[in-house]
Amino acid sequence: MKRSTRPAVRRLVTALAAGAMIGATLVGCSSGGGTTSGSDAKTGMAAVDAALKKGGTITYWTWTPAAKAQVAAFEKKYPKVHVKLVNAGTNTTEYTKLQNAIKAGSGAPDVAQIEYGVIPQFALAKSLVDLKTFGFDSLKKDYASGPWGDVTVDGGLWGLPQDSGPMAMFYNKTVFDTYGITVPKTWDEYVAAAKKLHAANPNAYITSDTGDPGQTTSMIWQAGGTPFSVKGTDITINLQDSGTKKYTEMWNPLVEGKLVAPIPGWSDDWYKALGNGTIATLLTGAWMPGVLESSVKDASGDWRVAPMPTYDGTPVNAENGGSSEAVIKQSKNQALAAGFLRWLNDSKQSVSIFVEAGGGFPSTTEALNSSEFLDAAPEYFGGQKINQVLVEGAKNVLPGFSLLPYQLYANSIFGDTVGKSYAANSDLNAGLKSWQKQLVDYGNQQGFTVTGK
Amino acid sequence: MTTTSLNHSGTGRTLRRERRDWRGWAFVAPFMIVFLAMIIAPVLYALWLSLFRDQLIGGNAFVGLENYADALKDSKFWESLWRVTLFLVVQVPIMLALALVAALALDSARLNGKSFFRIAIFLPYAVPGVVAALIWGFMYGDQFGLTASINDLLGSHIVKPFSSSWILPSIGNIVTWEFMGYNMLIFYAALKVIPTELYEAAEIDGAGQLRIIASIKIPALRGALVITTIFSIIGSFQLFNEPNLLKSLAPNVITSYFTPNMYAYNLSFAGQQFNYAATIAIVMGVITAVIAYIVQSRGSRTEDF
Repeated sequence: MKRSTRPAVRRLVTALAAGAMIGATLVGCSSGGGTTSGSDAKTGMAAVDAALKKGGTITYWTWTPAAKAQVAAFEKKYPKVHVKLVNAGTNTTEYTKLQNAIKAGSGAPDVAQIEYGVIPQFALAKSLVDLKTFGFDSLKKDYASGPWGDVTVDGGLWGLPQDSGPMAMFYNKTVFDTYGITVPKTWDEYVAAAKKLHAANPNAYITSDTGDPGQTTSMIWQAGGTPFSVKGTDITINLQDSGTKKYTEMWNPLVEGKLVAPIPGWSDDWYKALGNGTIATLLTGAWMPGVLESSVKDASGDWRVAPMPTYDGTPVNAENGGSSEAVIKQSKNQALAAGFLRWLNDSKQSVSIFVEAGGGFPSTTEALNSSEFLDAAPEYFGGQKINQVLVEGAKNVLPGFSLLPYQLYANSIFGDTVGKSYAANSDLNAGLKSWQKQLVDYGNQQGFTVTGK
Repeated sequence: MTTTSLNHSGTGRTLRRERRDWRGWAFVAPFMIVFLAMIIAPVLYALWLSLFRDQLIGGNAFVGLENYADALKDSKFWESLWRVTLFLVVQVPIMLALALVAALALDSARLNGKSFFRIAIFLPYAVPGVVAALIWGFMYGDQFGLTASINDLLGSHIVKPFSSSWILPSIGNIVTWEFMGYNMLIFYAALKVIPTELYEAAEIDGAGQLRIIASIKIPALRGALVITTIFSIIGSFQLFNEPNLLKSLAPNVITSYFTPNMYAYNLSFAGQQFNYAATIAIVMGVITAVIAYIVQSRGSRTEDF
């Protein structure tokens, strides 16, 4: 007689508990290889031209603002080709979907936007088509060397560059003028300006930083560090090399002294802080003007662009962000996908739409050197010819820097490790060391040979 | 209570039972198909996944119970489990107590505008969890949000919803706000089925309102309390939406393994460790089921008065 109540409910609750927990994390997991496209007799560029002439339908995933206009122009030029444009989310959101589709063996697009930092990850997993098969290595001359290097990994060509992100210092001139701050040329001057500004107005900060893996790795790059070296599956990680230490030595006082605003990037507060003078500078990629103009309208006329501060007066620069488009191996019509890609990122028509409609910073030498581009003087930046500063900065980018072939994972645990240093306003080196340890462990678990120094 | 009669009617039917009659299955088939496809199949698939390890380099290999051994030693997993347990022990009693008080107040018939309060308390439950987290995230903002205004008013930076010592109460506050109304409704429904004769009898015996609550209403709510407790335990162990959305606002305080579900999610979608994520999910499912079972059986026992 005892406990005769609702055994079915109990069982159901138990089953629900287990079922829901597990169901929440399920994903498809049949590994599927890509198939190479048809038995076309033609090879290389000829195959691409033939595919464009023949026509067909392809899918393109991107979050580029100008994509709609670009696709419309493409379909007008090649009426037999239909491009299905999908915004599958911005960066990590898209990569997650892309990885799932690749793993599931179907559902991936033919062409997808992939940032430079993530190209090695997809290339290594053999998810992308080596565009050398279509003779695209001959397009090298069309691009600036920085972005071209970003899509060339392990001797393969895994995408065509769309934009590029040589770094620059964006600063709020109104704030600088109010507090009598001159534009810093060296990092010493930058740190001094940070102190002066915050002392004059406790609500104003030189910049914001709550720990961002892209930002930190770019800053290490600019300081001459090469914390990750990758040769195939052999990886060495040294987040205590001389460049990294040079950066942390300069940046630690800002974090420890609470001289950087504790406002996470890309949050509502952050946009507001950029608009009202709370954040006085931004150290970021050359694609930033488009973002400022569209999302920080309040500050029109306040912002200017200057070269990145340096350590010893010699101009050096790094890149931050920037995207390419790649052909996914799963594509059933790789030649056509490559044809679309070639037009998208290598034709004058498409690149000029990208620059004009989307406010993008291009990667082709032709667009970068056109007088139209260099002489543009947007009102938002008080009529400053900002592209001249940005293009000049692209020339000083240090070669030889690379990220990890599992950078997405590395970014996801940045807050767990380096974030702890930020949360405690303490030495970043401690956080970087624990980041390194977890990255070494993960890499070895995943079958790489990783050495930590 | 009904088991006795079942036992009696069972005798004398043994002969007819020899040929199994499958017709009954046809009636439960619609349920069974969905049950097998949506609940049993994913569980089995997760169990299958958890026995392998697929590496970025080197491919897929059968590893037996190695993933489980790793999970039991995984300090990140235990830390996340400890965190949601702490959350459970503090937040659930507060939420259920508030819901109980609200239900009793509505039931007392001394409240004007009863239906307004009932709907107002229930309304947050109708707000999607994602939206709720975004609304609260905005109010918690200590730069420009409501919190900043409060701090300005107080003249110092005291309220810090996103600091490491405040973050659990901050999330608990959102969850309480969201689910108090839902639990209140369950309690309120249970109170509504109490026969009014009991109240009349109590009144004749000279019982006051507090005595009626203690001797009639609360005992009648035991079943509802067990159910809401079980749902809340499951909810706490599955905590995901709120911390995951607030992570962009407190990236250094909310880790990638803040709750077991977040850990499993990040393992699979950021780390490509689908097998290990499945293992974590199964271990967590078993723990949840065991605790839910204990609460259920203990709760039911006290019902036999």
